[in-house]
Amino acid sequence: MADSPDETIEESSEVAEVPEPEMFGCPMTDSRGQLVLHVDRDRYLDVAKQLADEGYAMCVDLTAVDYSEHMERALPSSATAERFEVVVNLLDITHRRRIRLRVQVPEGDAKVATLFDLHPGTEAMEREVFDMFGIEFDGHPDPSRILMPEDWNGYPLRKDFQVGTIPVQFKGAAS
Amino acid sequence: MTLISDEGAQELRPRSELTASELLREVASVLRLSEAEAAKLGDLPEDPDEDQTMVINMGPSHPSTHGVLRLMLELQGETVLRCKPIIGYLHTGMEKTGEQLTFMQGGTNVTRMDYASPLNNELVFSMATEKLLGIDGDIPERAQWMRMLLSELNRMSSHLLFMATNGMDLGAVSMMIYGWREREEVLRFFQKVTGLRMNHNFVRPGGLAADLPPGWRDDVLRILDMLPERLEEYDTLMTGQPIWRERLQGVGVITPSEALALGATGPILRSTGVEWDLRRHDPYLRYDEVEFDLIVGSYGDAFDRYAIRLNEIRESMRIVRQILDLMPEGDYRIQDKKVTPPPRARIDESMEALIHHFKIFTEGFKVPEGEVYVAIESPRGEIGCYIASDGSPTPYRMHVRAPSFVNIQCLPHMMRGGLVADAVAVISSVDPVLGEVDR
Repeated sequence: MADSPDETIEESSEVAEVPEPEMFGCPMTDSRGQLVLHVDRDRYLDVAKQLADEGYAMCVDLTAVDYSEHMERALPSSATAERFEVVVNLLDITHRRRIRLRVQVPEGDAKVATLFDLHPGTEAMEREVFDMFGIEFDGHPDPSRILMPEDWNGYPLRKDFQVGTIPVQFKGAAS
Repeated sequence: MTLISDEGAQELRPRSELTASELLREVASVLRLSEAEAAKLGDLPEDPDEDQTMVINMGPSHPSTHGVLRLMLELQGETVLRCKPIIGYLHTGMEKTGEQLTFMQGGTNVTRMDYASPLNNELVFSMATEKLLGIDGDIPERAQWMRMLLSELNRMSSHLLFMATNGMDLGAVSMMIYGWREREEVLRFFQKVTGLRMNHNFVRPGGLAADLPPGWRDDVLRILDMLPERLEEYDTLMTGQPIWRERLQGVGVITPSEALALGATGPILRSTGVEWDLRRHDPYLRYDEVEFDLIVGSYGDAFDRYAIRLNEIRESMRIVRQILDLMPEGDYRIQDKKVTPPPRARIDESMEALIHHFKIFTEGFKVPEGEVYVAIESPRGEIGCYIASDGSPTPYRMHVRAPSFVNIQCLPHMMRGGLVADAVAVISSVDPVLGEVDR
């Protein structure tokens, strides 16, 4: 399978100038030939802004993973593994390259800054992450559930929300 | 704070109940642009008198909403002032289901997301799995070309469905029959190849489920010979018609910067003049070996989106013709014992093959730890699959970046200031598949 984005990433001069795996002071790793940047939660918005200036002007995808059953995953030494991880895929259509941000979000304070002011297209995606994982996005204009009913209890994509163990919840139905 | 219904924060609330900043948010969420961006636009309508506006509910069961999309519209007369799409009526937790199914079974799940282009969904899932397995470079040539053939035919069937529904939404009801008639021809081919009209589970990690049936070339040629004439009928019926043009031109306009900011991809992005097609700019399969043109619009209106899809059918036919010439002989799946079950005939004669077959279908195959995001061009835009694996036979997390889910954010922006009648045209031109929006 031809995989030219990776080739263009390797060929781009900007990465060649920085041989050590680091970008904007954040550790950078390679996942199956894809560029991954492990960003600190405090610097997340800042790094996203810098990347947008670098050309990564489009946020194609924003999602999250609940790693509570897989805490021993491979991470660079400077990153601490937390329960949640917000994963952002950015695209640079001018240079045809992609980069992925992974942000560690602790369970006790599941909150990250919103990308809405930078990439308005993350509006629905951040709502979905809030809906499914209970991660709050600080400054999001409409922090409400998007897919589940408004009065739903729990966050379905969390690993402790087991399939089949929750009685079907419907508005107005006798429980 | 009183609410109109029990939908809570999802509701459009009366203006009198909103603080200034909330109103700005709501009006800005009409644009789905940031406050700073919205302020720059400067043409926000004057705060109308509350008596002159009304909030109406369109959907979730409305023929032109393509499924179960609900729109809250604030109207002044016939003009749409604010609009808010409310989704989730078709949410079945497919990403959660994806965590329970093995990589082997995952295809049955993803294929049901965008039910108008199931093969593209399977393809992106399979490609992500293969990338995790590290076998993405070893897929046999014939499998690659077969995937391309099916993917392009699927693009045609999906766009033909768009032609049908778009016509129906705008009152060209006979178009509905014509579009479905042509789509059915393509689906008949799919049925012959995969056994099913939709939800095929035919593209699998490692290759495909089976080889092409005998006589497939004639079937494809028959479709290719039939379609150009039919597409010309569409031109006569719609493209050149003054009524059709009046109905679509200048409706639902979106600019390139707005489309990029909102994350729109596919025909919506291309209608604004941005050349971006993953088949061309991030080639997967063997798209770099075939010749085709990118169809790009210039006004970003509903007519451009219609014309792009119509001409993409023609380009897909061009690609399919080249695939017919270039289709190599060979294996349709990788002969990697890890992911490929043994052929049926061997099961009768070899106990190892039987055990292998049993293990692969009960346990699935283990996929090395890691995470990967793979994106391809579906008829609706960039469909991406993000899989995180913890080394077990099921994905630890399987996320699909659904193009319709993101594209639907453009609706409020495209509708603002338009007429209710145009709202129908706008929804139709975005071509959302609600199964994919809600997953």
